[in-house]
Amino acid sequence: MRAYWELAKSSFRRHSTYRTAAVAGAFTNSVFGLIRASLLLSAITTAGGAIGGYSAMEAATYVWLGQALLAPLGLFGNTELASRVKSGDIAVDLSRSVNLTASYWAQDLGRAAFDVLPRGLPPLIVGALVTGLAMPGSPGPYLLGFVSIVAAVSLNFLGFFAINLLSFWVLEIRGFWMLYMVVMNLLSGFLVPVTWFPGWLLDFARATPFPSMLQTPVDILAGRTDGGESLAMVGVQFLWLAVLLVIVQMMVRFGSRRLVVQGG
Amino acid sequence: MASPRVTRDPHARVTNLVLLKLLVSARLRSQLAYRGSFLSDVAGQVLLGVTEFVELYAIVHNVSTFGGMTLAQTLVVFGLASVAFALGDLLMGETDSMSETIRSGKLEVLLVRPLPVLLQLATSDFQLRRVGRLLFGAAALVVALLLADIQWDPAKILLATITPLAGAAIFCALFLGAGAMQFWILDGRQFANAFTYGGRYVASMPGAALFFPIQIFFTFVIPATLVAYAPSLVILDLDGPAGIPAWTGWLGLPAAVVLSGLMLLLWRAAIKKYTGAGG
Repeated sequence: MRAYWELAKSSFRRHSTYRTAAVAGAFTNSVFGLIRASLLLSAITTAGGAIGGYSAMEAATYVWLGQALLAPLGLFGNTELASRVKSGDIAVDLSRSVNLTASYWAQDLGRAAFDVLPRGLPPLIVGALVTGLAMPGSPGPYLLGFVSIVAAVSLNFLGFFAINLLSFWVLEIRGFWMLYMVVMNLLSGFLVPVTWFPGWLLDFARATPFPSMLQTPVDILAGRTDGGESLAMVGVQFLWLAVLLVIVQMMVRFGSRRLVVQGG
Repeated sequence: MASPRVTRDPHARVTNLVLLKLLVSARLRSQLAYRGSFLSDVAGQVLLGVTEFVELYAIVHNVSTFGGMTLAQTLVVFGLASVAFALGDLLMGETDSMSETIRSGKLEVLLVRPLPVLLQLATSDFQLRRVGRLLFGAAALVVALLLADIQWDPAKILLATITPLAGAAIFCALFLGAGAMQFWILDGRQFANAFTYGGRYVASMPGAALFFPIQIFFTFVIPATLVAYAPSLVILDLDGPAGIPAWTGWLGLPAAVVLSGLMLLLWRAAIKKYTGAGG
């Protein structure tokens, strides 16, 4: 356990050195937040009150929480593992005495822990100033929200990790990567809350793990759901966590048997 | 090696145009060589276009009009913006990852070659797969123009013709500026995304749905609404919001010229400023 803790800490420190990148990311997420908030608010004004269960203030809060959590939750992913397979460095990773998935997972949690404040706070401040935020007054949603965020970070990590692991079988994962990004961005509720979708698309989204990756922690944090409902949503997250974990472990197991590292 | 396909006089002066043709055709042949990979990439790009549309549709299907536009009218904006962005991305998308090029020392390789750096960048990653996005955008635009019930006249036809080209030039200029900016702020790639990808996002949506200050900024500072929304107002005979009056519909081309000029100057300053990575 100690090794993973150290990995998470060093990953935290590594990301804390890229300060300009954090500032740039916070700026861009705030600009996108302004655009998204104005589009959703305009539609709600035309509809006369609420769309998909979101009033104007709730939709604005949804946008700003989403923009704030975007980077910490890891919705952009990274191709580190795939490039290590390409370069052959994966051989070093596999010969280490730590579990491959767990070591990358720990590093991703370290990254998320750093990203929360510098990338999360600025969009929330901009949101509070421009549209205002409707945040709950009781501690419950924040506590459960924290659990939900950790679960969502893990889900996003495992999703991208599975795509990276495909590089054990194929030479170029770019096509799969792109496909995953496009579908995940839409179905996670990042662009528009999933309850705004037409019925057929909403049903489809709910049958996938994607809403658990963004919409769930955002809705819980905003206090849109009561205690029981929130607990059920976190339960769904953990269910998907178990499913993805099994898939990833199978991929590591069978993939590392297939893997051929050239040279030496 | 003599190739029967070379018809050019070997003693003729090699102009940039000849080189451009050579470079681009070599790139295209290499990309088409892996047919399966190429086709899946094109499919991915089409899917990207589809989700961008679904994103718009997910908002519009809840309301009768969005930013004062019907679904067919928003599709005109979406189609024009998609075509313009796909063209700009095809030509200049590579400058978006300029910090990578600088950091890895690739820029020095480009600088020592007797060719303009910009020309090499534009051809170094001429991604034919991005044509998938262009095809989807063009299809959406044609459908939209048929659905939107437009009273055509010569002026509108002229505007509809120059708009995708002016829009493409605007996105090229934005990508160029994004690339130039990364010479000063090496870690600032995401900063530039606010204007390039943020610009694409704004361009494909009805401008009237934006907050007033955002309208002004993305019309008169970063001319994103001039790419598709403002010309659409003229073509569809609609009145614009306070920040984007209908007369701005004809500003796309002049804005493209001015912005391209400014960004080229910025690019030259950036190349001059470059002092090497010690490679």
